[in-house]
Order: sequence, then C-alpha cells, then structure tokens
Amino acid sequence: MAEVLLRVHGLAKHFDVSKGWLTRVVERQPRRILKAVDGINFEIAKGETFSLVGESGCGKSTVAKLVVGLHKPSGGRIEFDGNDTNDAVTRKDSAALRRRWQMIFQDPYASLNPRWRVRDIIAEPIRVFRLARDKREIDARVATLLTQVGMSPVDGEKYPHEFSGGQRQRISIARALSSQPEFLICDEPTSALDVSVQSQILNLMKDLQQDLGLTYLFISHNLAVVYHVSDHIGVMYLGRLCEIATAKDLFDSPRHPYTRLLLDTIPDLDMSGRAREPVQGEVPNPIDPPSGCAFHPRCPLANDRCRSETPKPISANGAMIACHAVEEGRD
Amino acid sequence: MALLEVKNLKVEFPNRHGTLHAINDISFSIDEGEVLGVVGESGAGKSLTGAAIIGLLEPPGRIAGGEVWLEGERIDELDYVAMSRIRGARIGAIFQDPLTSLNPLYTIGRQLTETIIVHSGMSQKAALNRAIELLAEVGIPAPAQRIEAYPHEFSGGMRQRVVIALALCANPSLIIADEPTTALDVSIQAQIIALLKRLCRDHGTAVMLITHDMGVIAETADRVAVMYAGRIAEIGPVREVIKHAQHPYTSGLMNSIPILGHDTERLSQIKGAMPRLNEIPNGCAFSPRCPQALDRCFTERPDLMATKQSGQAACWLYEEGADNG
Repeated sequence: MAEVLLRVHGLAKHFDVSKGWLTRVVERQPRRILKAVDGINFEIAKGETFSLVGESGCGKSTVAKLVVGLHKPSGGRIEFDGNDTNDAVTRKDSAALRRRWQMIFQDPYASLNPRWRVRDIIAEPIRVFRLARDKREIDARVATLLTQVGMSPVDGEKYPHEFSGGQRQRISIARALSSQPEFLICDEPTSALDVSVQSQILNLMKDLQQDLGLTYLFISHNLAVVYHVSDHIGVMYLGRLCEIATAKDLFDSPRHPYTRLLLDTIPDLDMSGRAREPVQGEVPNPIDPPSGCAFHPRCPLANDRCRSETPKPISANGAMIACHAVEEGRD
Repeated sequence: MALLEVKNLKVEFPNRHGTLHAINDISFSIDEGEVLGVVGESGAGKSLTGAAIIGLLEPPGRIAGGEVWLEGERIDELDYVAMSRIRGARIGAIFQDPLTSLNPLYTIGRQLTETIIVHSGMSQKAALNRAIELLAEVGIPAPAQRIEAYPHEFSGGMRQRVVIALALCANPSLIIADEPTTALDVSIQAQIIALLKRLCRDHGTAVMLITHDMGVIAETADRVAVMYAGRIAEIGPVREVIKHAQHPYTSGLMNSIPILGHDTERLSQIKGAMPRLNEIPNGCAFSPRCPQALDRCFTERPDLMATKQSGQAACWLYEEGADNG
C-alpha cells in the first residue's frame, strides 16, 4: 500500500443539544448529547480517493468539517502526513499545515462571495499564504488556474452571478487549488448540479488528480457517483462506519446489511426488470439512537446480541466491517 | 380519447427586456392510468409545464398559446373558481418539499378531512374515517393516533406519504408529481416510488411524473418526455428512450450518468451547458452542443418527427428521407 497521507483514529464529535440550564432544572431533563461522529477510523493513501457515503444525518459532512478543521474534535486524532493536526499549536505551524488541504463545498451559489470578482476569489488563498511575490505573479497564477479548470483567463474579471452552476463549481475548484494543496476535501461537490454538468466536473476532478497527484476525501450520498470516482469507500450509518472496502469489492460483494440495503435502493437504469424490495423503516433520530448496533431495527439479520452490544470494527486486508452477523457467519 | 391532452402549449414571461419563452410549443398526451415521466435539467421547463396544466403559473408567467384538454374539456381558459374545482378533485398535485406543502399550524387530520369535505361533501365523521383509511393506505403506522399529529412531528418520508394521501383524497384521475422524491434519502425514495406506483395502479390514476432523475423514470414511467430549453426533445416508451435514445441530447444525457458496475475511466460529457432563456439559439436549441449537428440545425427549428422506433424526436436526423439517422 502506498504511503498514508491522512490517518483518522477514534475520531468523535459530540454536540450538546440540551435545553438551557434553567429549563433542565425545572423540567428535570438530563443533558442531551448528539453523537454526530462516534469513534471512526480510516486511512487515505497518497494519490487515492476515499469516499464516505451514507444517508442524511449519518455524520459524513461532520467528518469532512473535522478533517478540514472547521470543527474541533471531541475525541480522537487526525494525523496528516504524520503530523497530529491538533499539535500544530502555533499560528505558523498551523498555517503551514493548513495550506496543504482545501475544501470544495456542495453549493457553488453559496460558497463564492457574490461581491468579489472571480480573480479575487481565486487569489485570496495565494495572498493569505503569501505564495506569490507581487501582483503580476498573482495574476499569472490566477490565469493558469482558470485555464486548468477549463475556463478562460478573462473570466477572472467577472462576478460569480455571471456563471452557471457548473462553471461556479469550476471556480471553487480553482480557488481550492490556488494554495497548491495535496489534499482536497469535497463535500457533495456535484449534488447541486445537473447530470450532464456533473459528468464534466467529475471528469475534471479525475484529470486534476492525475496531473497534480491530488488525494481526495469525497463525501456523497450518490452511490453511482461514488463508485465511479473512488478507490476506497466507507459506509456511514448514524455516526459510525459500518464497512470500508475497495470500490469494486463493496459493489460486487457488499457484506454489511446496511451496504446491501443502500445498493438495493439504487434505481435500475439498465432496466433489467430486477425486482426491488424497498426497505422498511427510516434512519432513527441520532439524539436517541437504538441500543447495540444502531442499524438493528431495520436489519433483517438482527438478533439479541445486535440489540444489546455495539459491534466492534474488524479489519482485514485494508477492508473493515462492523457487524455481528458477518462476524458470526450468519449472513 | 386521451385523459390529458396538451396541444402547442406556450408559456412566456414578459419582462423589461422583452419576453422569455419558457415553454415553446409543446404537445403531448397522457392516457388513463398511464405514468408519463417528464425529465430534463433545471430550467428545461418541466415544472412550468406542470404548473401551467393545473393553472398555478406565478405571474407574470402566462399561457401564451395552445390548449389543455382534460377528459374532453378544455381547461386552460377556465377562470380561477372553475379551475379550483378541478384542482384536487380531478387533478392532484404532489410537490418536492413535503414540509412546505403542508400547513404547519393544522394537524394532518384537519388538513385531510377539510380536503375530503370540500371535494366530496361527506360529513365530518365520515371524512375522518376516510382520512384514517387513507393514512393506512399510504403506510403510516397507527393512523388513528397519528391523525392528531402536526406535520413537524413526522419525518420527511412520512410527510411525503401524507402529501400523497392528500393528493389521493378525492380520487383524481390525474396526479402531477413534481420531483416527489428529490428531497428524500435514497432508501426512503425507493419506498415512496413503490408506494406511488402501487396506489396509482390500484386506483387507476394517471401520473405526470416530473423529475431530473433518470433512475426514478426508469423505475416508474411507462412513457417519457425529455425536455430541453422549453421544448420536448424526445418522447417515447421508457425502455426505448433509456436503452436506445434517438435524440443526440438524450443519448448524451444517458451516457453522462455514472452507472454502478460499469467501469469507465471517464464519463462521457456533453460540452457546454443548457442556454439561458434569453440566449436560446436559432434553429435547434441543442445545436451548439450537438456532436451530430447539420447545417440546417443552426437555422431551422425541428419539430417532433417519427424515429425508427415507436417514439418521436425533435431532430433533423430523423426527417423523412434523411439517410443519416
């Protein structure tokens, strides 16, 4: 296996969603803690794409924000290229580390400042990290970046509202690339786009990965997209990872019952006439998750052990699974 | 006779700079009990088509031409009062966001019974029983208790079930469902599609299913109309359109969708983006992006013509006598 770029160990993020102190005392309510991410482990090798999939509320976007540093973890470690990101206490260390990763957000309408020209949006990281000596160098760099994402250098003079959704996402990518990062965190980068534009952006991201040797953490709810872009995939359910496998293994031989459920829900574009049995039930409220394995109320394989004991992740050959039924061979 | 017939419908938005032709001369029909999928990218005019049929265009949008016939009756010229008697009773509607389709201040029981009473004149008690029956039918557990609940007490999937129950209240012959599953998670989406399919089959209701998701169309529709820049690019049986798309836009669209298990290093892509309404080119609106464009495509606008299959495509490649199809 190639060199590990990002290692996440026991990462957790708990949000306190209690009511105010007085209400709690008067109504005798306990504190309420939402465990958005509850102890997850994964590694991303240099130059590969690791994806997190799951339904809304499973914590995948929280993981992205933790990795970028937009949230402070409640527990666990994030190691980037061998450095614990929490150890970088001084501003200088922290900036040097942070230049090496960037984030691309879902909504290209909200992530670009409408009052800035595109060239200023793209140049901001260059200025902040002092990556260019003078204005001419910055302008040249912005022009290169715009060309790199398939736009024209003259587009830099325009404002974001003059562009379509796909072009704005190209601008976001150019902005993310301007600090010359090695690692991009992409949170649903194509969910707001139409399919014909989505394919343009996915192809662009693949090309950039090859040209620049980028590593991606890719967050999406769309399994077909994830299958197309990923090397490894982690499936999340209610704040925990239930399965990690290579893209091919995950889709050819899914092991966790939840992964099978997700794969089963994909509409059949081949029109093979495959009968689909829609799964019953919905994702439970994360404030009050079921005991034991959080998936047991919807799981066809659940037994008493699943209801009481949380399954431990079992790793083998770079894959991971957390399921009593698979462990015991009941599947 | 077709249940719904739309003939040469045009919708336009006048503004300071001129008039935008959001829907430009489209015609199609829906038979009884049939599911017609309407698919297209954002801005193609698919939702506006639905809104125009049920008379819910937001001003200044207006129907600028064409006719809409429902069960042999022309409905596009009806006044507001007459139209409101058709909405709900004969044409039901399901919208994308179930939270905004329900009134947050009323219990779902009150919203259901009110609708039932308005359309059928049942007594309060009979309407309540009917409402409970409907909730059971759309798969809400313990409907007799849940009927007292407010919309915020339901999850997204359950709310969409309630909206479907509302649309079915008066047993309409047609339901217009505008992106009914877009706001839902994939596993819930599959449940709602299965529910919609089952109910419409049981009641013999026709559905106009508007969505951007080809997967949903493949699962649900009998026929599909593909829209592009305010016009129908291709219409035909769902299997034909998905497996053997005839219009270059449809085939480009189908090829750009990533499919599980198909190992392609790169997705094929259509260059450019759909034109804005004020920049629709002369001739075929797709011509600047079309890999097979002919000279006349840039000057003359094609109407729907028969293809080699049973469907129709608006493309000069299929003009009679053309040997380049």
